[in-house]
Amino acid sequence: MSQIVLNDITKRYADGFEAVKDMNLEIQDGEFMILVGPSGCGKSTALRMIAGLEDISGGELRIGDDVVNQLAPKDRDIAMVFQNYALYPHMTVRENMAFPLKLAGVDKETIDSKVGEAARILDLDQHLDRKPANLSGGQRQRVAMGRAIVRDPKAFLMDEPLSNLDAKLRVQMRTEVARIQNELGTTTVYVTHDQTEAMTLGDRVAVMRAGVLQQVGSPAELYSDPVNLFVAGFIGSPAMNFMPAQLDGDTAKLPIGEVSLSPEARAGAGGGGGRQVIAGLRPESFEDAALVGEARSRGTTFRAKIDLVESMGSELYAYFSTEGGIESEELAELAADSGMEETPTSGQHTVVARLDAASKVKRGEEAELWVDSTTLHLFDPSSGRSLAQA
Amino acid sequence: MQHRPREYAFWSIGMLIVLLFALLPVIWIVMVSLKPPNQITTGPGISFSDAFFPQDITFKNYETLFEGGIDQSPFIKPLINSIGIALITTLVAIVLASFAAYAIARLNFPGKTLILAGALAIAMFPAISTVGPLFDMWRSIGLYDTWPGLIIPYLTFSLPLAIYTLVAFFREIPWDLEQAAQVDGATPFQAFRKVIVPLAAPGVFTAAILVFIFAWNDFLFAISLTSSDASRTVPASLAFFTGESQFTQPTGNIMAAAAIVTVPIIIFVLIFQRRIVAGLTAGAVKG
Repeated sequence: MSQIVLNDITKRYADGFEAVKDMNLEIQDGEFMILVGPSGCGKSTALRMIAGLEDISGGELRIGDDVVNQLAPKDRDIAMVFQNYALYPHMTVRENMAFPLKLAGVDKETIDSKVGEAARILDLDQHLDRKPANLSGGQRQRVAMGRAIVRDPKAFLMDEPLSNLDAKLRVQMRTEVARIQNELGTTTVYVTHDQTEAMTLGDRVAVMRAGVLQQVGSPAELYSDPVNLFVAGFIGSPAMNFMPAQLDGDTAKLPIGEVSLSPEARAGAGGGGGRQVIAGLRPESFEDAALVGEARSRGTTFRAKIDLVESMGSELYAYFSTEGGIESEELAELAADSGMEETPTSGQHTVVARLDAASKVKRGEEAELWVDSTTLHLFDPSSGRSLAQA
Repeated sequence: MQHRPREYAFWSIGMLIVLLFALLPVIWIVMVSLKPPNQITTGPGISFSDAFFPQDITFKNYETLFEGGIDQSPFIKPLINSIGIALITTLVAIVLASFAAYAIARLNFPGKTLILAGALAIAMFPAISTVGPLFDMWRSIGLYDTWPGLIIPYLTFSLPLAIYTLVAFFREIPWDLEQAAQVDGATPFQAFRKVIVPLAAPGVFTAAILVFIFAWNDFLFAISLTSSDASRTVPASLAFFTGESQFTQPTGNIMAAAAIVTVPIIIFVLIFQRRIVAGLTAGAVKG
């Protein structure tokens, strides 16, 4: 158990491509750190550099008190769980889990007790003498975890360990992973592209994009104070709605209507009259105007034609369109990652609102909605930076 | 899939024909080897079954092969030579080829394609054109009529074969397994020996069988680069068998020897074939 420090870590390939650029990250002892980002953002490369499977082109990596840049994976005392589990197919579950201990020259009794303990934690007792080929996906995943935890390493590295499981099992294993990490208190670096996983699992989350670390913070911080458009759009499901806005003194003119700015937002925006910005509103910032009580004064009501209503039981997702899209490289990348770029929008922009289940909005009908203006996020259209951070 | 009776019959007949075609010569060799000398050549007017099956079964042909012990027998020394040379060739070829194939499958180094292309070129090189120079070279450096004198050319021609087979098998093994082993604390060599080799076993055995059969069956080098029982292998020694008198052909003895030399091949294949099971890497990785 120890902390991991990345100091200006860079990965440059032979062809000059930089997969990770000057990454600085301090992972505390016992912390559960999530690296999250769309595919190709360099999160796996960063993890593999920590593991030693990938050479570090520049910067300094410390595990505990030692600089480990030049150490082979076996000398770094870390354990890794691979996306495809990478179990040794010619060994039984017991042998798989005992393998790292055997290599370390641990005596047989200790091996037996440690494997037994790991099997108990992971509920694998009955499967110890089976081969990986005869196990289900979830069981294989647990064996891979077991192989990591028997050794009591300085850190666990997990490379999208749940992405090969089906949806239901994934949720189940997610709590399992959190429980095990909590029980063992081992420093963990966990790579995923799934922001839900990132939000639910991590003590802290590091969002990456194109090799650059965007923001590091607790899930709540990332959610409420994203530093830029990318983080704002990536974190949260359904994603934040973006629309063009024109600042005018105390108000911002949005396609859905005029919204008064909170004092903080006004301070961040610098009061520049007539300035074009990008406004971001989370789906839960909206509500059916009929269901809003005294909070009504905090926001603005507007009318919109509802295109589609999805009922989740506990809440409703109402979709409506606004005029005027926005051009942003970061948002385009997010759209590409989620496969949205193919959807024809014809100059219109779809907004998702999360409404109370009691709402009576109907598909195809006009409804009066309310938006909480205190939750408005404003971003600089050219740099993408949040104006609240200025 | 359902096998309908007609389909089943069709495949059965097909396999029977192929089996007969392949095995008939072998059966014939065994039949002839069991005949006494006077029945080996038969005149016209004899039915097929009388000509094919021995009228009086005798093991005399086999006995004469081993008569006189190791010094006198025309067969024991060559048999030992054959087994020794083929096994050593197989062992050396597999060890060298697995190292080479592993490097080719896993590493990026300059000249990788050159090595593969060179191996292929050697494999396609006609063996007969190397025999003359080898004969001269071996005589001047003292390798003529020795075991190494045969093992070296066998390696030349079997290594490319083994490397190609093994590269294909090594490429099938997921990279992640090796990296997992390294993270688990294995040195690169331990990762190779404890994870990759066991998984590549089917490939290793396939290559071993191919190399063994090549070395075992070779006649060209064996007849050209040997001059005595010191290193002459069975295929070459068959040509030196003598009959009871100078007017009798040693056909029966040759057939008996031919029947015996097929046995090690069959044993070799039967042992290793059990290891060549498909899907050994099943369950390693998802997908």
